[in-house]
Parts: sequence; C-alpha cells; structure tokens
Amino acid sequence: MSVPARQLPALDPDTAFYWQAGAQGQLQIARCTACRRYTHPPLPRCPSCGGQTAPEPVSGKGRVASFTINHQPWLPGLLVPYVFAAVALAEQEELYVLTNIIGCNPESVSIGMKLRVCFEPHGDVYLPMFQPDESHG
Amino acid sequence: MAEYAEKRVCISGAGQSAVGRPSRKSALQLTLDACLAAIEDAGLTPGEIDGLTTYPGPVGEGGFSPVGATETMIALGLQPRWVGASTEGHAHMGAIFSAIQAIASGMCRHVLVFRTVAEASARMRARESSLMGGPGRSRATRGNAWAAPYNALSAGNIYALYAQAYFAKYGATSAQLGAIAVNGRNMAALNPNAIYREKITLDDYLASRFISTPLRLYDCDTHIDGSTAILLSHRDTARDMKRTPIEIEAMGMSIGGLGIGLHQGDFSSLPADKAGEMLWSRTDLRPKDLDVAQIYDGFSILTLLWLEALQICKRGEAAAFVEGGTRIGLTGDLPMNTSGGQLSAGRFHGYGHIFEACTQLWGRAGERQVPGAKLCAVANGGYGYGALLLKRG
Ligand SMILES: [Zn+2]
Repeated sequence: MSVPARQLPALDPDTAFYWQAGAQGQLQIARCTACRRYTHPPLPRCPSCGGQTAPEPVSGKGRVASFTINHQPWLPGLLVPYVFAAVALAEQEELYVLTNIIGCNPESVSIGMKLRVCFEPHGDVYLPMFQPDESHG
Repeated sequence: MAEYAEKRVCISGAGQSAVGRPSRKSALQLTLDACLAAIEDAGLTPGEIDGLTTYPGPVGEGGFSPVGATETMIALGLQPRWVGASTEGHAHMGAIFSAIQAIASGMCRHVLVFRTVAEASARMRARESSLMGGPGRSRATRGNAWAAPYNALSAGNIYALYAQAYFAKYGATSAQLGAIAVNGRNMAALNPNAIYREKITLDDYLASRFISTPLRLYDCDTHIDGSTAILLSHRDTARDMKRTPIEIEAMGMSIGGLGIGLHQGDFSSLPADKAGEMLWSRTDLRPKDLDVAQIYDGFSILTLLWLEALQICKRGEAAAFVEGGTRIGLTGDLPMNTSGGQLSAGRFHGYGHIFEACTQLWGRAGERQVPGAKLCAVANGGYGYGALLLKRG
C-alpha cells in the first residue's frame, strides 16, 4: 500500500519525542513527574500543578472520540477519502491525540470504536496512526 | 449595572465594500471604500478619527489578511493617536474589544475598525492558498503541527469533529444542520451585496457533496474579496452625530478549543460558552429580548454551537430550533443571519455579521428588514470567541 504524501511536523525540544518514539514502537505522552497527569499536546510544564513533565510510554490503546471522513481532494494527488480523528487515549479522561484512522473502511468508523496505535515512518518522523483493535477492553 | 467599558461606547457608522469573487479592485482600495463609507455614514471626517485597528493585521502571503492598519492609515491620510492590530486573542471581535477599551479609557474618541479579505483573488493565483498546510510545504509548526501531518488541511476538518460529536451526542441530523445553509441562501437572495443569491432547497443541500463528514459543500463559507469597517465612538459624542448611534449593551469573550490546539471537552460544545455567560452577566436583558441575531457561520456547525453558547437554545437543542428554518426566517421567532451570513453573502470574516447587525438596527435592510428590530446579538469566531449585544439607541 502506498503511503500518502504528508506535511511533516517540525521537531522541537518539547515535541520531538512524540514524533520519534515510534522508532521504538512506542507511543509516548508527556506526563507530570509530580502529579502524574498526562498532557497532550506536550508542554514542558504541567498546566495542572506546575511540575516538570517528561515523556512516558503509554499503552497505545484508545477509542474514537470524534472523527470525520475527508472527501475533499484539497491538493492534486491527495488520496481521498481518509479519516481524521480525535482519539481518546485509555490512560486518562479527555486525553486526546489527533490522527488518521487506517486499516479499515472509512465508512466503518464510529465514535467509541476501539483502536490501537501504529506508526507510519517518514525519515526522522514516525507518525502515530490508529487502527481498529477489538481485542482490548 | 456596573460601569462597564462597552457602555461608554457606541457604533456611529458602518461601511462595506462591494463583494467580489474575485474583485477587480485591490485589497487596499476595497479597504478604503469600506473605511470612507463608515466615516461618511457617521457624519464624521477622516481628521476626526483618532484610533485605527484591524483584525488580524497583515499576516501570511495569501488573501486572509492582505491589508494592515498602518498602510490604511497612510492611504486615508489619518493621524490617529492609537493604531493597533491583533493576530491573537479573541480573533475577529478582538479588534472591536481593543477599540472599546481604547475609547473607554479616554485614549480615543472615534476608533475605526476594519477587516479586509482577498481570499477569492488569492485562490485565483494559487488554489491551495487558503489551506492550512499540505505536502511539500516546510514542516508544520505550533498548533498546525498536530493536524497538517494528518492531512487535516482545512479548518473544516477540525470543525467536522465538533459536528460529528454533536450529531452523535444529541441525535442531530443533516436535515437539521442544512436549515442553516438554506436560511442563508433565502436571506442572501434579498441582499444586493451577497455573493450567492440563488435560493437552494433542503434537497439541494442533502444532494451536495461531502467535504468532511458530516459537513457538506453548503456547510462551508465562501471565499470572497471585500472589506468591512465599523466606526466606534464615545457615547458622549452621540449628540454630535447625524443619526442615533447603536449602543453596545454588552460584550463577551473567551478562547479555546481544537482551533487553538487545546484538546478539551467532548467536542459537542465550544468554549464560546464562557463568552455567552460574560455577555449576559453585563446586562439585564435576556435572550428572549432579542429581535434578530447574526451568528458566526464560517461553518454551519459553529452556528449551532454558538446558539447554545449564547443561551438562545438549551444544550443539545439548537438543531431542533433551526430545523425547517421557520424560527430563524424573516418572520420567525428569531430571524438569523439576515445578510446571508458567510455561507451565502461571503466570508467577510465576522465583520459581515457586525455590519448586518448595524444595517438591521438602523432599519436600512430593505427587503430583508426585520420590522422594528431593536436588539441584535452578534457572535464571531471558532477559536477566539467574541459576542456583542447591540441595541438601537
Ligand atoms: Zn502536574
């Protein structure tokens, strides 16, 4: 299967881990070393308690919080349709990542659908993507 | 009521350029057309304007905001005490809020606020100019870094997430959402300065193609070239005006949501709720007192969410409120987006809504006039949120 063309994210000291942890097959999320809350998008300081954050591996499991099937070919060569989604990670309430849902018919996606992470490599970036996974609870 | 800043300020004039898709005029010329119309409308002269601001100021290469305050100042020959622009904060309405503060603080008497877009021309030059990103561009930064790599290249993809979540939570339907687009066309048919004036039916809406489910073509606003200017003045100057100014009864503002990269809530409501709370906390008037409403419709779903944020509808009830279009039509309980809004009049980007509010309250809306309109709510934005309650003085 061909990999779609994408605009890659800039890598900066606060966010590079999120885009590169896929090299180890892990999804990592910034977590407060004091109160243990996760924060995404990553921030160097915990917005809840002011503590320092550090990346930690998470299970990579989650559910569809909301999604959209994009039908508009915004640019020549963009393969449609594709699913853009907010995925609620299993670790914490309202801990979301934005992503594409792949490995299924776009029409089969629904809110609440169980997912697990996978990675799409693009040079120094491993884009976290999600696919259906009915195996988790 | 406390002596809130907005109670010292009124709208003394409003002007709008001709709409174009594209326009043959330059963006600066469109800006001057709007600004001079607003000054003339108030019965003032350019020499009396002592403040000038805009949203968001000249940013980027495309047509999103091609004209800044300083070049407008020079072209109009103004010598204002204060000039400003704000790319951040409460988005569209942010410049209005800044102007209110400049006047209430005593720094200025008459502040001209404008918003110019030339997105139709920009798209003629390069069709992708209105996208937020795309393959081949340099790496995505800041908030865009979380969406562009996933080919969420339009704000429509972001607001589609809200629409899907809202539909799922409350059982809202496409036929209900479609009433907003159909209403916009019905209104635009009566607005000589609207870009799309041919009526559509709900069947036309339901037959239109999906852009990003559940949002269809008619749920997305229309790129245009055009400019709007609103002149704000200290209420003490009202006696000098040729016409009774419009009072700013209350203002409300807030910020947040996916549009600024803050991933909170369940996407079935907007942080605009706080703007609505602030608005109604600063007046004794209530939503039931409204005669007309101009509610932001960059995407139709934003209108539904704003109706709830403004407490015009209870949570989850906005879709049923607009269904069928009767309540929001010209003879309905609350005529809404009477210019045609951004969906049909064109994307004047919030300022079309303020301009239409003034047009209605001054009784010069012609065929689309809401008889006796005295009180109008205006709501703008999908990431920074601003609301005004405007009252005929
Ligand atoms: Zn913490």
